[in-house]
Amino acid sequence: MQVGLLHYLVVSALLFCLGLYGVLTRRNTVAILMGIELMLNAANINLVAFNKYVAPGALSGQIFALVVITLAAAEAGVGLALVMAAYRNLETVHVDEINIMKW
Amino acid sequence: MRELAWLIPLFPFAAFGLIVAFGRRLPGQGAYVAVGSLAIAAVLSLGIFAEMLTGAGPLDHNVRWMVLGSLPLDLGVQVDPLTTVMLLVVTVVGSMIFIYSIGYMHGDPRYPRFFAYLSLFAGSMLLLVLANNLLFLYVGWELVGLCSYLLIGFWFERPAAARASMKAFVTTRVGDFFMFLGLLLVFFHLGTFRFEEIFTKVSGGALSGTVGGLPLVSLAAVLLFGGAVGKSAQFPLHTWLPDAMEGPTPVSALIHAATMVAAGVYMVARTYTLFLASPGWAALEVVAYIGGITALMAATMGVVQDDIKRVLAYSTISQLGLMMMGLGAGGYTAGMFHLMTHAFFKALLFLGAGSVIHAMHTNDIKAMGGLARSMPATYWSFLVGALALSGVFPFAGFWSKDEILAEALHRSPVLFALGALTSFLTAFYMFRVVFYTFAGTPCGHHPHESPPVMTRPLWVLAAFSAVVGLVGAPLPGGSPFHHFLHLEGVEAVPFDAGLALISLGIAGAGILAAAAVYHWRVVPSQSLRRAAGPLYGLVVHKYYVDELYAVLFVRPTVAAARYLRTFDVYVVDMLVNLFGYLGVGLARLYRVFDLYVVDGIVNLLGWVVKAMGSTFRYVQTGRAQNYLLAIALGVIVLWVAGLVR
Repeated sequence: MQVGLLHYLVVSALLFCLGLYGVLTRRNTVAILMGIELMLNAANINLVAFNKYVAPGALSGQIFALVVITLAAAEAGVGLALVMAAYRNLETVHVDEINIMKW
Repeated sequence: MRELAWLIPLFPFAAFGLIVAFGRRLPGQGAYVAVGSLAIAAVLSLGIFAEMLTGAGPLDHNVRWMVLGSLPLDLGVQVDPLTTVMLLVVTVVGSMIFIYSIGYMHGDPRYPRFFAYLSLFAGSMLLLVLANNLLFLYVGWELVGLCSYLLIGFWFERPAAARASMKAFVTTRVGDFFMFLGLLLVFFHLGTFRFEEIFTKVSGGALSGTVGGLPLVSLAAVLLFGGAVGKSAQFPLHTWLPDAMEGPTPVSALIHAATMVAAGVYMVARTYTLFLASPGWAALEVVAYIGGITALMAATMGVVQDDIKRVLAYSTISQLGLMMMGLGAGGYTAGMFHLMTHAFFKALLFLGAGSVIHAMHTNDIKAMGGLARSMPATYWSFLVGALALSGVFPFAGFWSKDEILAEALHRSPVLFALGALTSFLTAFYMFRVVFYTFAGTPCGHHPHESPPVMTRPLWVLAAFSAVVGLVGAPLPGGSPFHHFLHLEGVEAVPFDAGLALISLGIAGAGILAAAAVYHWRVVPSQSLRRAAGPLYGLVVHKYYVDELYAVLFVRPTVAAARYLRTFDVYVVDMLVNLFGYLGVGLARLYRVFDLYVVDGIVNLLGWVVKAMGSTFRYVQTGRAQNYLLAIALGVIVLWVAGLVR
């Protein structure tokens, strides 16, 4: 069985759905961040897959994936820092309980 | 000086405005302003008189006021000998009376208002006299009527005064109505109100048509005379003048003796050409006989009055009747001459009576007596007035009355008889008053002479009453007054010494008769009364004219007014109320509609919005994950929608 573009896309879609599901359902902030990572990586798979199969000579897909990885790393850093700050103040990482800004 | 004539009425009008505006804050509480303004008017009048004496011609100062269609209405003053005489009478006699009022009205709560009214009157009267057209004469005419009303009712707290003012106003209005008809008749046929043009046109044969068999010109003249009948209290509209005595005495002197009531006579003299033009002197005949009848009737009524002012009031009516008779008999100058002399001595008599009333606090001559000693100034001046009115040589009344009698005799013996009888009665009732008031035993308390501000005008007027007649004396070369004031085409009857002696004899007989009855009491007045019997009753009830009017006009009018009131209360008011109730009912209906329909819709809208709000507020959870879910679902929905399409 030849692995083609469709396979990559299906994997990517599944990964995205898993990430989205995690983001929507988890109450733990760390888990939500992990979901976001999954969604970003699903997008990365898409980018490189399209680059390979649709425009093999071009590099923009690869470079864009690298940019997204950088962004994901920064996001994880900021997000975890926020989680740490929230935990220190509120002693919880559950998004339902982080509601002091809510009227 | 004559060019300034239009200023004359403005001074009193200005005084009126000032006093109304500033009242008590003015010098003398307004009195000095009034006196001063009239004094200026008097000086101007004297200047004009002097100019006219030195031979200046008449002046007609005319300004176009407005144009009705093609008919112009003018505004202007006219200065001629007739006007000059009237100006002098009004301003000189008026000034004396104004000064006298300072003392007489002293302490009255409405003191400034009195002088305001007096000034308004003086201005209106001067306007009447100076007007060069019928319209403005009419304006002045109505204004003096208004002032008369205001001043008769000056003490309106007294019901009698309020009633008298109303009576005067309404009664003169009846005459004014006829006058207005006459005015319209003249205006419609001649297209002008100006005297000059009217006379030219009438002399040129205009108004020669007839209406219903009556010559138009006679009709116009008689209608105008109707106004004079009302204003000058001639029979049958004479009833208001005696009641007008309810006003303050200076008012009676100024308005109801010297000036306003003489306006009727002046008006007849002013429009004399119109009267002369009536075929066969028919209009003048009417004037003469109305005047004669009035003169005699009023004189008889004057004999039986006990109120000093009422005697003088009847005397005024009677003398006005004599003036009318003189004019009607063709004595243009005689009538005006008597107007002038009468103004002086009747004003004097009224002011004297006022002085007596001021001292005695009563009008009843039978309650007085022996005042000659305690009030010498009043007594002597009153005596001069009485002699002048009775027509004793050489006082003013002698000359003027004699002229009228001469004119009457020249015209018809009936008129002469009326005049002679009136003269006899005049002397009789005047000296009845003199004997009752000043002679005989002094009454209980000791009255004091009036203050100088009141007695000095008496002296001035007494001096005038004594000598003013001499201007009409038949000096060699004709009487100066005739020379000054005459109408082309009207020949005055020459002086007749025999007739003058007869008239003097009549006056003397009257005085002697009065002395016999009331001083020496040779014939007690009671027996006279009994002898006269029903005649006395008739006279004492004023010929039942008031009663007749009450039955004929007053009561039907009042009854009609009552019925109309009932109609108003029950029908008109009911209709109005009906509409009111209808409005209220409709408003109630609308209120229900507003409450349940309009308010309902508004509330419904509010309720719907609120319900939607409370429903959808649950969407706003504040949880980012829920929103994210909604976004994801939305994307899926859009994706599916894109697939399906």
